[in-house]
Amino acid sequence: MRTCLVVDDSRVIRKVARRILEDLGYEIAEAADGMEALAWCRAAMPDAILLDWNMPVMTGIEFLRKLREEPGGEAPTVIFCTVENDIAHITEALEAGAAEYIMKPFDGDIIEAKFAEAGL
Amino acid sequence: MSALRPDDISLVISLCRARAGLKVAGEKTYLIESRLAPIARAAGFTSISEMLAELRVKREETLIWAVVEAMTLGETAFYRERAAFDVFRDQLYPELARARGGAPLKVWSAACSTGQEVYSLALTIAGMQESDPAVAVELAASDISERALTRAQSGLYSQFEVQRGLPIRLLIQHFEKTDDAWRLSPQIRRMVRWRRINLIAGLSAVGRFDVVFCRGVLGSLDEPFQRKLLEDLTLVVPEDGYLVLGAKESVAIAGDAFHPEAGQPGLYRRNPAFSKAA
Repeated sequence: MRTCLVVDDSRVIRKVARRILEDLGYEIAEAADGMEALAWCRAAMPDAILLDWNMPVMTGIEFLRKLREEPGGEAPTVIFCTVENDIAHITEALEAGAAEYIMKPFDGDIIEAKFAEAGL
Repeated sequence: MSALRPDDISLVISLCRARAGLKVAGEKTYLIESRLAPIARAAGFTSISEMLAELRVKREETLIWAVVEAMTLGETAFYRERAAFDVFRDQLYPELARARGGAPLKVWSAACSTGQEVYSLALTIAGMQESDPAVAVELAASDISERALTRAQSGLYSQFEVQRGLPIRLLIQHFEKTDDAWRLSPQIRRMVRWRRINLIAGLSAVGRFDVVFCRGVLGSLDEPFQRKLLEDLTLVVPEDGYLVLGAKESVAIAGDAFHPEAGQPGLYRRNPAFSKAA
C-alpha cells in the first residue's frame, strides 16, 4: 500500500486530508510540524507528503529543505497544502523540490487532481 | 421561494428545446430552481414563477435567452479529460501541421463555456510553439451563452477553478494573482477569437476547422438535434480533420457521419463516404 504523511498543525485539517487520501488508497501517517515529520521520514520514507507551510517548531519549507538532504530524502513526492497563495511562495516551494501546490481551502476533487498531476 | 408549478416547468422545457435544442429533465426541479433563481433575482422578480408568468405573456427575448443560457451551463475544468489534450499535442497537432504545410492549423472549441477548454488548448499550443514557432494556429471559441463568453474573455478564474486540472507550473507561468482571483496573461487570451454560436442553428457560416472540440454538448441535446449537429459538423471538419467529443459520448446517433478512432475514446474522423442529406 502507498503511504502518505500528512503534515499540518491543525488536527481538523489532518483528519479531513486523511479521510480523502484513505479513499484514494493511501495508508496515512500524521505529523503536527516539520520536526515530527522529519522524525517520521527518518524511520520510514513515505511515498507522498502533504505539507502545510506555517507550523510551529519547523515550517513546511524548512522541513522540505532538510528532507532533501536526508539519505533517501529525494524519493517522496511532496505536495504543499497551505493558505499561502502568492506566486512568491509557490515559486519558493517548487524550487525547493515540491511537485505540486494546493491553496487552501481544498476539497477531495482538488486533492485527487493534484496528486494525479504530481504523478502519484 | 415558492415551488415551481408543472406549467412553469413545461414552459422552461419548451423554451430550452425551441431555442437551443436542449433536453431539460422536468423531474430535476432542483436543477431548474438553482439555475433560474439568480436570473429571476437579477431581473427583479421575487420568484421564478413570477418571472415565468411574465415571460408567458410578454415573451421578452432578452429574458428568454437569459433563462435558456442559464440552463445550458455544464461542468467545465482546465484540461478536463486530460487524454484529449495529450492526443491533440502528440498526434493531431504534428500530423495536421505537416499536412497543412505552412497554412494555419484551425482549431475550434465549439461550446467553450467559461473558457477553460479553449485556454487549455491555447496553453498546449503555446507550449508547442515554443519548440516550433513556425506552425501557425488559429484558435476559435464559441458558446451559446453571452454571459459565459464574457466571463471566458475576462480570463479571470477563482482559486477553486485554477486548482481543477491546471498544473501549478502553468498557473505561475501564465496567470497573475489579483485580489481574490487569478487572471490569465493577455498573450494567451489574445490567441483566441470569440463568437456567439448556437450550434443547432446551422453551421454553414462557421467555416472549416481542422480540429473541433465539441465536448459535453451532444448529451444535453434532444435527439433530433444531436443528429443535426453531427451532420452539420461534416461541413466544418475536413476529411483529414478530427472531431473531439467527451470520452463517454458517442456519435452512434448520427449513423455514418463520423467514425471513432480505434483505441482513442472521444476521437472521431469524418466518414468521407457520408454526405449530408439536403
